[in-house]
Parts: sequence; C-alpha cells; structure tokens
Amino acid sequence: MADTAMKPAKMISAPVNWKTWLGVAPFLLFAVLFLFLPSLRLVTASFTNPDGAFTLENVAQLVSEPFILNAYKLSIQISAITALGGGLLGFLMAYAVTVGGLPKPLRSMLITFSGVASNFAGVPLAFAFVATLGRQGFVTHILKDYFGLSLYDAGFNLYSFAGLSLVYMYFQFPLMVLIMAPALDGLKREWREAAENLGANTTQYWLKVALPVLLPSILGAMILLFGNAFGAYATAYALTGGRIGIVTIQIGAQIRGDVLYNPGLGYAMAIGMVVIMAVSLAGYSWLQAKTERWLK
Amino acid sequence: MNFASRLRKVPFWSWVWFILGALYFVLPLFATFEFSLTWDPANPLKAYQRAFEDRDFWETFLYSNILALATIIFSILLIVPTAYWIRLRLPEARRIVEFITLMPFVVPAIVLVFGLIRIYSSSFNVPFTDIQLMQPLTNFKAGTNILIVAGYMVLAMPYMYRSVDTGMRTVDIRTLTEAAQSLGASWYVIISQIILPNIRSALLSGALLTFAIVVGEVTLASFLGVDAFGPYLFLLGQHRAYEPAALSFVSFLLTWLAMGLLQLVSGGQGQAAGAH
Repeated sequence: MADTAMKPAKMISAPVNWKTWLGVAPFLLFAVLFLFLPSLRLVTASFTNPDGAFTLENVAQLVSEPFILNAYKLSIQISAITALGGGLLGFLMAYAVTVGGLPKPLRSMLITFSGVASNFAGVPLAFAFVATLGRQGFVTHILKDYFGLSLYDAGFNLYSFAGLSLVYMYFQFPLMVLIMAPALDGLKREWREAAENLGANTTQYWLKVALPVLLPSILGAMILLFGNAFGAYATAYALTGGRIGIVTIQIGAQIRGDVLYNPGLGYAMAIGMVVIMAVSLAGYSWLQAKTERWLK
Repeated sequence: MNFASRLRKVPFWSWVWFILGALYFVLPLFATFEFSLTWDPANPLKAYQRAFEDRDFWETFLYSNILALATIIFSILLIVPTAYWIRLRLPEARRIVEFITLMPFVVPAIVLVFGLIRIYSSSFNVPFTDIQLMQPLTNFKAGTNILIVAGYMVLAMPYMYRSVDTGMRTVDIRTLTEAAQSLGASWYVIISQIILPNIRSALLSGALLTFAIVVGEVTLASFLGVDAFGPYLFLLGQHRAYEPAALSFVSFLLTWLAMGLLQLVSGGQGQAAGAH
C-alpha cells in the first residue's frame, strides 16, 4: 500500500542524499547501542566457551539438557494455553459488546477496563491473586463456606502451573478484547444481510462468512498473546519465587548465578527465546497483512 | 428491528460472557482491597498508613516516577524528530525504522537486560589498547541510570513510535513545515512550536503508556540493582502481608488513572502490554 504510493514520488525527486540519512542517525545509533549490540553479544557469546574459543556446546546443551528442554516446554505450554483460553474468553467478551447486542455503555467500560488490566501485571498482579485464590484467599473462602468446595483439598494450588495460567489469563484476555473489538466492528452489516437474503441461518453466517473473515485476526491476536506470555518474567517470579522453571525464570537464575551459574548456557537460552519470539512475530505480521484486506 | 424481534433476541450468552469476564476482572481487585482492610478491625486503613509511613516506599516510588519521566522525555527527544524526518524527507527509512521499533517485542525484557549487562559491564577502552576511556556503566550510579532509562526507552519504543507516527499522520506535517519555513522559522522553532503542540494528544498517550510500563517494572530494575518501586514491592511481599496488598491496590488505581487519562486523550485507541 505505502510502497505503491511512494514509487512515483521517488522517481520525480532527486536521489536521497546521504546527508538526509543523518536525520535518522541518532535513532539508529540508539537502536544499535541498546538493542542490537546487546542482542548480538548474546549470539556471539552463546558460541563461545569460557576460554573465548568457538564452541557449539552451549547450543548443543540447549537441546540435550533435560531441564532446559523442560523449561521451553513449560513456557510454550503456559503461553499456548493462556493464549487459547484468554483468546477464547477475550473473543467472546469482545463479541458480546460489539455485535452481541449488549448496551452501548458496557462497551466503553469494557475497553477502558481492558486497557487497565492488560497493563496490570507483575508483582501487584501476583499479590492480587494470592489474596483471591491463595490458601486464605477471598474466593477460596467463599467456595469453602458457601459451596462446601475446598479448592486446595481438591488438588488446586495457586503456586502451580494451573495457578500461574489463571494469573496470566488476567492480562491475556483483556489484550484479546482490545484487538478483537475493532476487528468485529469491521464485520459489515451488508454481509449479514446478504447471507440472510440468500437463506443462511445464524450458524451458517458465522461458519461460512464471519469466522473465515475474522480468522486471520483471531490467529494473529493469539500469536500476540502467546508472545505476551512467553516473555513474562516478573509475574511468575513474584508468584512462585522461581519454583516453576519457565524459560525466563531459568535465564534469570543464570544471570543471578545463585544456583546454576553458567552464562554460556544462559546466552544460548536467551537466543532460543529470541528465535521463538521472532518466528511468532513473523507469523503475526503475515496474518496482519491478510487481515488488512478485509478491514479496509 | 422491531420490538418483538428485539425481545426474541435477548442476548443471553452475551451477558454470560460479559459477566464471567467482569468477575475475572473485579474479583482479584476486590479480594486485594478486602484483604488490605482486615489487618486491624479497629482501624481498617492500618495497612495503608503503615505502607505510606515507610520512607523506602516514598523514595523508591519517587525514583520510579523520575525514571518514568526521564524515559518519556528522552523517548520524545529521540522519536519525534525521527518520525518527523521520515514523514518529511526520508520515506525510504520507514520500513527499517518500523522494523526496529517492533524488535522489542522479539527481545523480552529478561533477554534485553542480560545483553545490556554483558555489554556494559566491561570498560570502554581505546580500540586495541588497554587505555580505559570510561569505566563500566554498571559500576557507578549515573551509569546504571543511563542503562535503565535506555532499557525502558527500548521497552516503550513500540508504543511511543506508534503513538507519535499516528499523531503525525492526522496532521499535515509537510504543509505545516512549508508554511513555517516560508515565514522564516528555524528547525528548532518548527519542531518545538509547531509540530509538538499539534501532536500533543499522541505524545500524551505515548507518555501515559510509558508511565504504565515503567512505574512498577521489576525485571530491568532488579537485575541492574536499581532501588525502584517494583523491586521494593517485591521485597516487601517477601516479608509482609498487608502492606503489599494495600500497595498493590494503590498501584492498580494508578494504572487505572493513567489508562483512564489515555482513553480521554486518545478516544479509546490506546492499548499496551507492558512489563509482565
């Protein structure tokens, strides 16, 4: 879109002077100093042994060391589960306030609240859930006193994988709401009317028209949620104190160096994260390009 | 749609999803608030009094706000001229700069801080010699402050750049610039007195998002050893029960305030995902 608009102008105007590029030099310098160099340093360091020689050992450990494989598995699992769960709940809520027929004021209320909740993370969020679903938590007590259901006797534990997933959901589904509400607005009334005129019922309309149109944005949003959870550190650390060994926690342990200090391995794990995030972002921008066709 | 068909379509499931989600939102906040009041039945606000009496709270909280302010100012100084220049003179750079502003999504905070520490914990020497130009940034306070503000600028970059760029799209930068130039304005006057005031709501929304990301951030602050509010709250949570709950509730209200203002200035376009 922007490219085709740019081309004629480019032919008319004089070739870009190198001095013109100086205008973005400070930004590029900043990016090099504080984004690219640190990232590149990790790449080179993950192929270097403590004596400074080239090695593939760290990268080999990445796929052979059970605790690292397990860390990636946990991180991917928790990100995928909360992306799916948060994505589903977020989609349904966005649906409810856009085309679902709820009163208009609820919509702006939900959007504002989603803006807050998607930013409410880290330490305060962990504390809030301890007060809610911890052993002495508010909901734990209500369920016990009024419904006779003892969560902790039933095997639930907030400081576990399931508990951490519930906490992550708190910043996951609001993000989905924020992304999906505009996308659902993009569903044109004419499409529904056309489908109904041709004799389609509601289910057929959703399965054959609405969902196929929305699918790229739903998948794209879920990838974003995946990345959102994958990079999370503070929330998990504050809640479990590092007992659940997701990748970010393991990398943190490598930097702190209190238990298992092996920087080379830490670098390699960090690079592994960057690769996974890069792949998901590439998937996201590909889906984003597909979505824009419909939302114009 | 007539009344009968509207009645037929009472959005039952819509209400179910909405209420389910609303409970998810509200219960943890209510539970935190309720818990923070239970310390002393005679004085429900005791947890808040104790939390606010702590000097460390004020010091770390003030410090985090200063860091947020510094991040916002330097981000604006860096990003506004860049976005402006790209729109005005250098559309060729758009793709690469947009790509760079997305990079922080790919490099999680924990990875970024790992990289920053590895690079800047060694001293700067004259190339190929042992002559030291500057000691490692991680070794002295001002150096650490530079590192953490730079790190926060990186974390906030996607949001700040998008806000500013969107703001510049809505006002006609080129015409404004040409008009100012024909009246003899200098570049400094053009940017500070014409461009900045015209994109102030975009700047404000970028600033509020940055604020929400920086105040309470834990990962960068704790690994760089900075006494900011995030690590303080974390440590407090290790030793105390009621004050952390009170402060969690307060920091929720602050996020609420920032996002509420954001809604006001941006008309509901704001979204972010900060330092989880």
